[in-house]
Amino acid sequence: MAVASACSGKQSALDPHGGPAIHVEHLIIGIVAVCTVIWIVVIVVLGLALLRSRRAGAEDANSEGRLTTVVFAAVAASVVIIAGLTIASFYTTRNIGVPGSAALTITVRGQQWWWQVFYAGSDASRGFQTANEIHIPVGTDVQVRLEGVDVIHSFWVPSLAGKQDVVPGRSNSLLLRAEKPGAYRGQCAEFCGLQHSHMAVLVIAEAPADFERWAASQRGDALTPADPDAAAGQVAFLAKPCSACHTVRGTAAKGTTGPDLTHIGGRQTIAAGLLETTRGSLAAWIADPQTLKPGNNMPMVPLTSVELQNISAYMESLK
Amino acid sequence: MTSRNAGALRDTAFDAAEIDRRLAAIWSTTPGVWGALATVDHKVIGRRYITTAFVFLALGGLLSLLMRLQLAQPEARFIGPDRYNQLFTMHGTNMMFLFAVPVMQAMAVYLVPLMVGTRNIAFPRLNAFSYWMYLAGGLLLWIAFVLDTGPDVGWFAYVPLSGPQYAAGKRADIWAQMITFTEVSALAVAVEIVVTVFKHRAPGMSLDRIPLFVWSMLVTSFVVILAMPAIMVASTALILDRLVETHFFNPAEGGDVLLWQHLFWFFGHPEVYIIFLPAVGMVSTIVATFTRRPVFGYLAMVMALIATGILAFGLWVHHMFVAGLPRLGESFFTASSMAIAVPAGLQIFCWLATIWAGRPIFTTPFLFAIGFIVTFVIGGLTGVMVASVPFDTQVHDTYFVVAHFHYVLVGGAVFPLLGALYYWFPKLTGRLMSETRGRWVFGLIFVGFNLTFFPMHILGLQGMPRRIYTYQPEMPWSGLNMFISLSAVILAGGFLLFFIDVIRSARTGAVASSNPWEASTLEWATSSPPPPYNFARLPVVGGLDPLSDRRDVLPVAAGLRVDRRELLVSSIVEATPEAREASSGDSIWPLLAAIATTATLIWSIFTPWAVVWGSIPIAIALIGWFWPKGVPEDES
Repeated sequence: MAVASACSGKQSALDPHGGPAIHVEHLIIGIVAVCTVIWIVVIVVLGLALLRSRRAGAEDANSEGRLTTVVFAAVAASVVIIAGLTIASFYTTRNIGVPGSAALTITVRGQQWWWQVFYAGSDASRGFQTANEIHIPVGTDVQVRLEGVDVIHSFWVPSLAGKQDVVPGRSNSLLLRAEKPGAYRGQCAEFCGLQHSHMAVLVIAEAPADFERWAASQRGDALTPADPDAAAGQVAFLAKPCSACHTVRGTAAKGTTGPDLTHIGGRQTIAAGLLETTRGSLAAWIADPQTLKPGNNMPMVPLTSVELQNISAYMESLK
Repeated sequence: MTSRNAGALRDTAFDAAEIDRRLAAIWSTTPGVWGALATVDHKVIGRRYITTAFVFLALGGLLSLLMRLQLAQPEARFIGPDRYNQLFTMHGTNMMFLFAVPVMQAMAVYLVPLMVGTRNIAFPRLNAFSYWMYLAGGLLLWIAFVLDTGPDVGWFAYVPLSGPQYAAGKRADIWAQMITFTEVSALAVAVEIVVTVFKHRAPGMSLDRIPLFVWSMLVTSFVVILAMPAIMVASTALILDRLVETHFFNPAEGGDVLLWQHLFWFFGHPEVYIIFLPAVGMVSTIVATFTRRPVFGYLAMVMALIATGILAFGLWVHHMFVAGLPRLGESFFTASSMAIAVPAGLQIFCWLATIWAGRPIFTTPFLFAIGFIVTFVIGGLTGVMVASVPFDTQVHDTYFVVAHFHYVLVGGAVFPLLGALYYWFPKLTGRLMSETRGRWVFGLIFVGFNLTFFPMHILGLQGMPRRIYTYQPEMPWSGLNMFISLSAVILAGGFLLFFIDVIRSARTGAVASSNPWEASTLEWATSSPPPPYNFARLPVVGGLDPLSDRRDVLPVAAGLRVDRRELLVSSIVEATPEAREASSGDSIWPLLAAIATTATLIWSIFTPWAVVWGSIPIAIALIGWFWPKGVPEDES
């Protein structure tokens, strides 16, 4: 994988790598340029008005008439510019395209404070789910259906597309498209409570063949741990309350409250972009989730240090 | 005049000194605590209102400094998420509901009766009541915050986050009920101002002779009257959802979460103009005085005010561009949001023309007016940017929007307000503020403000969302955030110096004459500060600039009684005198009514029965308030 650091991915409207974001960046540059010119003109006129030399005599009625003409012309110019910007905006909206014509559809469910991601199955293959990490093939229109289940969130990966709210009781959707392989970071943009700050999502765009390989591995059940520590970790995981909230496909763990952990070891981050996925960070997270992400819905489960090590090893092994 | 009152004492019967003595006797507020609590003098209440609002400004500013301390570095542990969420919710709520709207209305409470040449505001007791309600709402919010039950759901309190399922405890209820307090007081003041402007103008002040500040407050008051009910409906529905399990906003039971957003922003967008339009009036006044000429294009300015007031109601959906509304509807709101730039632009052009044709005098108020133009134009232009749907999908709910609305609200409203305070301070206190300190205040605030808020545009485009209590070190935001936090210290220093200047000038400032700026509007026709009855004889207006036309001989009206509080009722269009009307005396009942209402509203956070039992003391207070006085109210 070409991605250097796990938590870092491009996250900027000014660094676009997807069709919709590129169109919007052009619009942003255009409008900002026009507005900058307008501001400079206003400031120059203001400066001249303040500092121009004034004749001692009384003002003549003639100059008042000239001013009226100038003000009238300025208003007319504003109307024309405003109309132009409005049309440019409509044009960009049209170019961004309408979701619905996409080759791939992904359902993203925003929750306090993580992203649940569903890939639908087909006749030939079954569906699967993952969390906080979305893989897409490059050069393909991907429709993201946004489902709200608790409060309002907003799905936003600025380098690929503008944002769209995730609203309970409504189905919204968004068109994502990446032109180049890479990792693109996003985060929740609508204030959603205590951990709004730590609700990131990573979009990994890869070549279609890589994407298919990844999807195939995700469809599979969890790997049976080979390493003895990890095997002991699986036993502990299933015996402890962990499995009440989490699913590990192929085991007895079938909880649905928290993220599906079937392939957690293969994800770049845990806890919605908070930490890189390593055995150490997994252990730190499991040992004390409330210090790392205060208020989140994962409780601290009392574990011995051996159990903690083993469960972390097990999680890491779930590639 | 009816023969029944032929024996009444009128001002025609006495010389000037005797009139002053008799008017002072009937209009003065009784000294002492009782008098202070019972007064209905618009000047006393207006000063109180302004002072209270500036106290809230200072408190809200302290909150923002705490936020900047937390955000200066990535993953800082100075403030946790729970406290941080309270901080930004309190900052926004406090600045919008307890500072910006009330302070503009407060300036109007003090100034409008003077500027239209009457002796008190219409419905003086309602005015006293509105102040007490405002104070109670502010205390409710701040005491709750000190007790760690401050609201933490953002100043627009989106459901379901603020609903019964996700906002446990009473924090969201306190937010919603604080809305009720401030809206009651804002609506009351709006009604007073509309009636004062329509019916109490000095003889001869026809519609086309009304000062621009008064026009701006008239339009603002109508916007208040039309916009505020939406938020009261919304906050009441929220309290009902939370208290008695209605389901207005619960999608599982057929409610709709976007209903909240529509109701909130149907109020929330006009709110911006409720804050901005008075500032337009202030700038017009300051520019006219310090360029020594009337504002260019009076009629165009009035039309722009009215057009803005109307268009303000057609923009609210641009706050919901990413909520998933139909695209055609969004396009309409893009066009309307862009269109409001036209009247705003017209106003800017008219001020520029005024300065061009005038002879600028660089006083502190005028510096603030210039600073206003420089910064507000940026805020207006970024407003044009966020009006575009595709643009907005990238900057909505980011620091770009934080920068945008601070440019509009601080650059567009606080700068004019500070200028207005320097300008009208002599009329408020009888003393001038310091011109030397004033220049420093302007410099520090202007520079500090731009250094603090301009970089936020860039942060937003770089993907930094608003309302995050921290960010990770990998994000490229740390440098600018540190810069912003340091710049905020400059801005805070400017405000600190401003408060020092206010306090020192109020005590030891140079004593002001009645018209220190040689301005042309009526408030400068009386002493600084004005006597309790404002004008010994009501002025008669013969033009748009009554003082500059015939500065030495301002004609006055005669025939008002000097043995009871009486003012003149005039016609709406021409301001021809129609009747003499009795004006209320001091009364403790508005305070008692406010206490009864406050108890009921706070109690009703906990049980719906409070509304039933609380209505009894409110009814008693209102009966006392409206007890018939047994004298004829009007005489034509």
